Amino acid sequence: MEGLVALSIGVLVACGVYLVLRASTFPVVMGLTLLSYATNLFLFAMGRLAIGVPAIVRPDAAGYADPLPQALVLTAIVIAFGMTAFAIVLALKARGETGSDHVDGRTPHPNPSPSRGEGLRGSLAPPRPLRERGLGGEGESP
Amino acid sequence: MMHLPILPILLPLLAGILLLLLRPLGLQVQRMVGFAAAFALLMLAVWLFDIALAGQRQVYALGNWPTPFGITLVFDQLAALMLLVTAVLAVGALWYAIVTEIDAQGSHFHVLFQMQLFGLNGAFLTGDAFNLFVFFEVLLLASYSLLLHGGGKQRTVAGLHYVVVNLVGSTVFLFALGALYGALGTLNIADMAAKVAALPAEREGLVMAAGLLLLLVFGLKAAMFPLYLWLPAAYARTSAPVAALFAVMTKVGVYAIIRVHGTVFGADAGNLAYFYAPWLLGLGLITLVLAALGVLAAFRLRFQVAYLVLASVAMLLIAVGLHSETGLAAALYYLVHSTLLAGGLFLLADVIVRGRGAYADRFDPGMSLPHHALLGGLFMFAAVAALGLPPLSGFFGKLWILQAALEHPWRWAVLATVLLSSALLLIALARSGSVLFYKVKDRPDAADPVLPTRIPAFGLSLVAVLWLLAAVPLLVVLAQPVAEVMQQIAAQTLDVAGYRAAVFDPAVGGK
Repeated sequence: MEGLVALSIGVLVACGVYLVLRASTFPVVMGLTLLSYATNLFLFAMGRLAIGVPAIVRPDAAGYADPLPQALVLTAIVIAFGMTAFAIVLALKARGETGSDHVDGRTPHPNPSPSRGEGLRGSLAPPRPLRERGLGGEGESP
Repeated sequence: MMHLPILPILLPLLAGILLLLLRPLGLQVQRMVGFAAAFALLMLAVWLFDIALAGQRQVYALGNWPTPFGITLVFDQLAALMLLVTAVLAVGALWYAIVTEIDAQGSHFHVLFQMQLFGLNGAFLTGDAFNLFVFFEVLLLASYSLLLHGGGKQRTVAGLHYVVVNLVGSTVFLFALGALYGALGTLNIADMAAKVAALPAEREGLVMAAGLLLLLVFGLKAAMFPLYLWLPAAYARTSAPVAALFAVMTKVGVYAIIRVHGTVFGADAGNLAYFYAPWLLGLGLITLVLAALGVLAAFRLRFQVAYLVLASVAMLLIAVGLHSETGLAAALYYLVHSTLLAGGLFLLADVIVRGRGAYADRFDPGMSLPHHALLGGLFMFAAVAALGLPPLSGFFGKLWILQAALEHPWRWAVLATVLLSSALLLIALARSGSVLFYKVKDRPDAADPVLPTRIPAFGLSLVAVLWLLAAVPLLVVLAQPVAEVMQQIAAQTLDVAGYRAAVFDPAVGGK
């Protein structure tokens, strides 16, 4: 059971990280959701995996499940839920204001071909001029 | 007196809820109540600081659950100092937001402002790592909305980056906490310190990994290399009072490193004692170089100020990374100086930007500013303080940090980096000062838009700037007593055994 839980946490994190790096708001939100699932599982597993034992110490029970991680997970779930809702609303706002689903508010390539390998094209693209890289060079309407 | 430690958390929370209910009564009422609450918080912080300096740590068990089963709040001198700095900054920022009517640009500014203070104060006071996570989320959620306050395309994009980066940071935070709980069986900071001190050797690797993950999270909040890329855009694009308040947000990360790592991996931690310090020092040095280059390369005044914030955080990371009592005392002195100065600089930059009209904060020669002599003088004053040139407080802060560095094996690297980066900052700020105040056009070009002949609410907004910049001369005039207080705070912070004793034994804590 430990191996299975560890594996599912690993897969969830890997998928989450991959989606967050997609640089498009919808996959980013999905990735954040997967990452938060992974943390919830991880926190839960940190109280040690136990089956069929009470969460309260009783003299007649053989053992007990650690109740604290369950409380932590509940808190983490609530917070992650709220944060995801916020991120979705913000992503929608960004989509409406910038007209682009890209996290930078504009698609790096005006005419993307519908072929695969988007990450590769991103890395092969000529570097953006220095003035655009967050040093305050952008044309910003006052 | 018994409930003292929770008051700075309850006051902004209740004020925020009250402000939410008062919304139908209009903005004026909200402004009055909001400012009154911030001012009351300042008075409370001054009072608490006075109490903290005189006496012991105070431990408050929430719900009266015994330690370590419940959540404890620990009120000590370091927490009191952070509360005071935050309250001073909040009063200045809120005043500026009200007089320039920036708070009217969107709804719920005052509610969010109080919630931000609620999260900040909670983070400073909590003695429990998971509770620290919760308060981080509270302050982050408020900061997300405050950052977006006023709207605008650039701000939304900068806000999106900030939110996503911090959400990923929260995930890493939870992984770190989970691993620590799995290895130590507790999340109370004092109890964790006790457990780490008696850690079996085979668990050390796991705890070290969790500690470094935690350093990553706090480094993200503090904008440590390589996790600083969110900061310049977020701070430069948001409204001025919010940026001024955010000057303390990066310091929350530094505070968390001092508190959590300094306590859990402190002098008693055996093989793990201060294992994080070389990381902190090395990454701080890299951050400082990059921040100096950013200041030099900035095309806009507000980006330049944002990179100055980054440089000040880097100095703090270096000072904390020296892991000596002198280093920590110097770090605290520099923290007070740099937080209030950065807040003042953001507000001053906004006043200048409003005077430049369509030229905004681009480093292009514009028309002469209204009140150019006063604004130029203030800019030079703030720049000298930020650079660390004598006779202002930045000089004493940097000198003290360098003095602490002399006892460290890496002293030459620290000396060379700090002095070289200060030289870069000097070049950059001299250039921006000359572009903004000397290289003015005699006549407007034909294409130039109409420029403002006066800055709206100039005198009132200057009050906020002066309120925050007043810390600079005060820290010079009172350098001796302030330095003594900082050393006292540093000594108490590094006294992990005393911290543990206070948390576990209510008689010692003076509950």
